[in-house]
Amino acid sequence: MSRKPLAALAAVTLGLAAGQATADEIRVGVVAPFSGPFALYGTQFRQAIEAWQATHGTRAGDHEISFVYKDSGGVNPDLARSLSQELVIRDRVDVLAGYVFTPNALSVAQLATQSETPVVIFNAATSAINAESPFFLRTSYTLPQVSAPLADWAYAQGIRSVVTTVADYGPGIDAETAFSEAFTARGGAVTDTIRMPLSTTDFAPFLQSVRATGPEAVFVFLPGGPPTFAYAKAYAENGLKEAGITFLGTAETEESNLQALGDGALGLHTAYHYSAAHDSDANRAFLAAVEGLGDDAAPVNWASVGAWDGADLIYRMVEAAGADGRAAIEAALGAEWESPRGPVRMDPESRTLVQNVYIREVTRNPQTGLLENAETGIIATVGDLGWKD
Amino acid sequence: MTLLLNIALDGIAYGMILFLVAVGLSVTMGLMRVVNLAHGGFALMGGALAHWAGADLGLGFWPALACAILGTVALALPLERLVYRRIYGFGELQQVLATIGLTFIVIAAVNRWQGSALLPVPLPETLSRTVDLGFRTLPAHRIAVILCGLGVILGLWLLLDRTRFGIRLRAAVDNRAIASAHGIVTDRIYMATFGLGAALAALGGVLGAELLPVDAYYPLRYMVLFLMVVAVGGMGSVTGSFAAALGLGITETAARYLVPDMATFAFYGIVILVLALRPQGLMGRIA
Repeated sequence: MSRKPLAALAAVTLGLAAGQATADEIRVGVVAPFSGPFALYGTQFRQAIEAWQATHGTRAGDHEISFVYKDSGGVNPDLARSLSQELVIRDRVDVLAGYVFTPNALSVAQLATQSETPVVIFNAATSAINAESPFFLRTSYTLPQVSAPLADWAYAQGIRSVVTTVADYGPGIDAETAFSEAFTARGGAVTDTIRMPLSTTDFAPFLQSVRATGPEAVFVFLPGGPPTFAYAKAYAENGLKEAGITFLGTAETEESNLQALGDGALGLHTAYHYSAAHDSDANRAFLAAVEGLGDDAAPVNWASVGAWDGADLIYRMVEAAGADGRAAIEAALGAEWESPRGPVRMDPESRTLVQNVYIREVTRNPQTGLLENAETGIIATVGDLGWKD
Repeated sequence: MTLLLNIALDGIAYGMILFLVAVGLSVTMGLMRVVNLAHGGFALMGGALAHWAGADLGLGFWPALACAILGTVALALPLERLVYRRIYGFGELQQVLATIGLTFIVIAAVNRWQGSALLPVPLPETLSRTVDLGFRTLPAHRIAVILCGLGVILGLWLLLDRTRFGIRLRAAVDNRAIASAHGIVTDRIYMATFGLGAALAALGGVLGAELLPVDAYYPLRYMVLFLMVVAVGGMGSVTGSFAAALGLGITETAARYLVPDMATFAFYGIVILVLALRPQGLMGRIA
């Protein structure tokens, strides 16, 4: 029912956008949570963008770039869509960016396609999103991209039996599937698959069950914050480490809550695309730029680097194509650069970054005394392994 | 056999944490009959103060816990005098609205002060080690929580059923005007009881933090949990809350062991069943 007016509006916007192509100010609308329980994402996005502009200036080629921020709260596709529409139509932005949650990103697919506005997704990590619009680009990662290499690594370490424990919701089940498929394809056995209620914070029963089964490793996927904190504690307290059951995770040891995990986190293994402890000049420059923002700088984690690389990509697109959406996408596909996470390339097919996945272990940095994800090796350089066209 | 022991042990530990985080509400909402949705706010104050005392002031766990309880009471007493004294006279819906508003203020204040990340309270060595029970290990912290929960229920029973203060409180709650006419200073009784509720909230917030981690959104995340324990236990009965917390804790833990996918259903199923059969709760005094 709403399609016709939207198409009409999109047509009007197209006219406006075309009229703007010669103007030298390019506006980017960032839709992310800036209030509520997930406000940290918004803060990290904004700080990464401010840090990028502080070090790279506000000009890309002949164009001046400015960012507009809109607060989408939590998982709220209707609000995300109406804010994005408002940005395109009223604020006349040429690029949309941000989007923490999958439903929020999906809600703007039609808008992006009809108004030919490139959307640079900084976070939302479900593979299927990018199939919904050719104007979607993603500078984060996808769950299969990190889960499957972790399974390969575990097998290479001699681990043959694994129990998977995931939160019982979409991303958890995706992670379970990706891990199990890769692990059994190698010849390993997934002896039990436990799906834990999303709101749970008492993991002792699940981990005692795992312990009773006696696998060589336990794979875990949980949303960040309290559940992850409680799981890592329960893993240490229920003696799984002593029983020789290796912890295999992905984002569980992310930097914004890592210090809170304490010594119980030491030795946890995760496979992921970004660690703030990554040893490279690009990463040091990135960290220094964020720290340069002052005392209010939030901890840097994958969300920050997604926004930083997003800004990098937007600058490339604007420099090459200005306000022309189609040309901007063309310019983005195949782009390669050195990110704080390592070398990356925008895969022309899945429009997600091809990047290194690192195996990391939580250790205490002898100099700062803080916990960090020490990268012990690159286990794969992969694109979106979950991509199905 | 081991499975049964596991269920009993983890269930009691989880139930006792539920009791500790909800007992403060059982005092303010159950005994004083004010629909205090800001209970989680006081628990959050306690957790945030303990985190601040431990991380920023460098105090140990026990001084930080004392600081959290005293600090929360110091904030709660003026609030009682200025805000709650008016709320007591409101209808139930107005009480809900007023106290939820207070919760949002506490959330915003803590968010502003400490940010939205987790606010951990580091445990001392004596509590963070694990105790070997032969068939499995158990964190010393859980044992401490079980003992503490038993101490709280015993202390409250003595205070409410066996002291003059308890008699006065029950009299003041049942009929304030007549209690007042008998020379009971009801304002002071209410203030002291409210302070007790806030102190218990802070205690629960800090001791429960291992299982229910504290962050700025703590009050909203666990509000339903607190309310269910008190509702199932029955308004006005601390012993009821105790029985409800243990019962719910053991049920959910058993479900987590036996049918992990269904654990949440089991928990809410029991709540619905109990409230359908006994709308006044397990040991409710008010019909």
